[in-house]
Amino acid sequence: MGLAKRIIPCLDVDNGRVVKGVNFVGIRDAGDPVEIARRYNEQGADEITFLDITASHEGRETTVHTVEQIAEQVFIPLTVGGGIRSVDDIRTMLNAGADKVSINTAAIHNPELVRQASQRFGAQCIVVAIDAKRVADVDGQPRWEIFTHGGRKPTGIDAVAWAVKMAELGAGEILLTSMDRDGTKNGFELGVTRAITDAVDIPVIASGGVGNLQHLVDGILLGGADAVLAASIFHFAEYTVPEAKAYMAERGIEVRL
Amino acid sequence: MAVIDYGMGNLHSVASALAHVGAERVVVTHDVEQIRAADRVVFPGVGAIRDCMAEIRRLRCDELLQVALTEQHKPVLAICVGMQALMSHSEENGGVDCLNVIPGTVRHFGQPLHDAEGQRLKVPHMGWSEVRRVSEHPLWNGIPDATRFYFVHSYYVTAADRSLVAGSVDYGVCADAVLARDNLFATQFHPEKSHTAGLQLLRNFINWTPSC
Repeated sequence: MGLAKRIIPCLDVDNGRVVKGVNFVGIRDAGDPVEIARRYNEQGADEITFLDITASHEGRETTVHTVEQIAEQVFIPLTVGGGIRSVDDIRTMLNAGADKVSINTAAIHNPELVRQASQRFGAQCIVVAIDAKRVADVDGQPRWEIFTHGGRKPTGIDAVAWAVKMAELGAGEILLTSMDRDGTKNGFELGVTRAITDAVDIPVIASGGVGNLQHLVDGILLGGADAVLAASIFHFAEYTVPEAKAYMAERGIEVRL
Repeated sequence: MAVIDYGMGNLHSVASALAHVGAERVVVTHDVEQIRAADRVVFPGVGAIRDCMAEIRRLRCDELLQVALTEQHKPVLAICVGMQALMSHSEENGGVDCLNVIPGTVRHFGQPLHDAEGQRLKVPHMGWSEVRRVSEHPLWNGIPDATRFYFVHSYYVTAADRSLVAGSVDYGVCADAVLARDNLFATQFHPEKSHTAGLQLLRNFINWTPSC
């Protein structure tokens, strides 16, 4: 038996509350992040990802406090992302108890941040988040581009080439979110998932669009992902983590039971 | 109990996991007196080995560790890069001499890396792998053979003395997951991040009375 594929529930947190919107609008409140993180820990989640979508400065302090509380009670790896702009921000989150920090927009503005952070804290704790959207096909081949601002702003950067560059700069993992699929429950965008998992040697987490358990299986077997991330299917108790793992195991995927 | 802090990142989770399983008065410190006074010592580590070794030597944590191990005979638990730092030499950062507490090497997994079925393996080795028990040890109490623990590393340990290997992990190569000698127990995986099995191992550590 080898390495288990990971199931990662994701907490999108705004001002201390877990929320999850549909394409970033129509936000539903799903509860207290500490309580939810504890529930996933007890259910056997392999990791937890905490994405801070709080805009205000005061809210950021709430985030640090919430991360501290989760880290005291949850004994699986915790990734924190959202609004990470500097080496100091990374240090703050690691000191609060995060095991990994996810860098998104800041990597686009300043790719050197990834190199500096990786050298300072180690590649194992630097995750680069990529928000990709399918753009016009080129010669019949699909192409995916990086978007910022919740999928509204194109950057002109090719998502696959970017993933390769981030791995070269020292990222330890890629968190790939399809902005076309996020919140839709239509399943992962498997094309970009496969393209990036094939292109890099570091692990890739597939994210965006999970609506049922078959989507998780497809992300791994068809997309080639090393881990699958989902939010609403777990928050609203449509499925539990053990149900997801049992379903994956029945389809021949190695999971931690 | 002292968790040795040589300034290389988050030791919060090690300390809170130890407290969670009942360790009393866990201090995260590089203070000589506190480490000397502790009844058990945890030697963690994250990050790049060259920076780790530089800080370990600058703060004289290497001497403190030797005292704890060979003069005071305290139980010592080394974790991840803490384990790698105990070896003779690491390939990381162009080659770094380590503490040589346990003779052996730390090498990169190498790429491309494949499993026995030819599947490509990613580096870092990140996630939950089964640890095969190689020898019995009090720290395995209540933990079944082939339990999964959480790993995250790009370099792996091979001890020269194979009788010290208490657990191994298969990831394209057969890597030493646990080394044990007298009052020292070292894990490549992170017990503090390995859920119930990891907490059980930490509980076993705080209850461990080495026979040496």
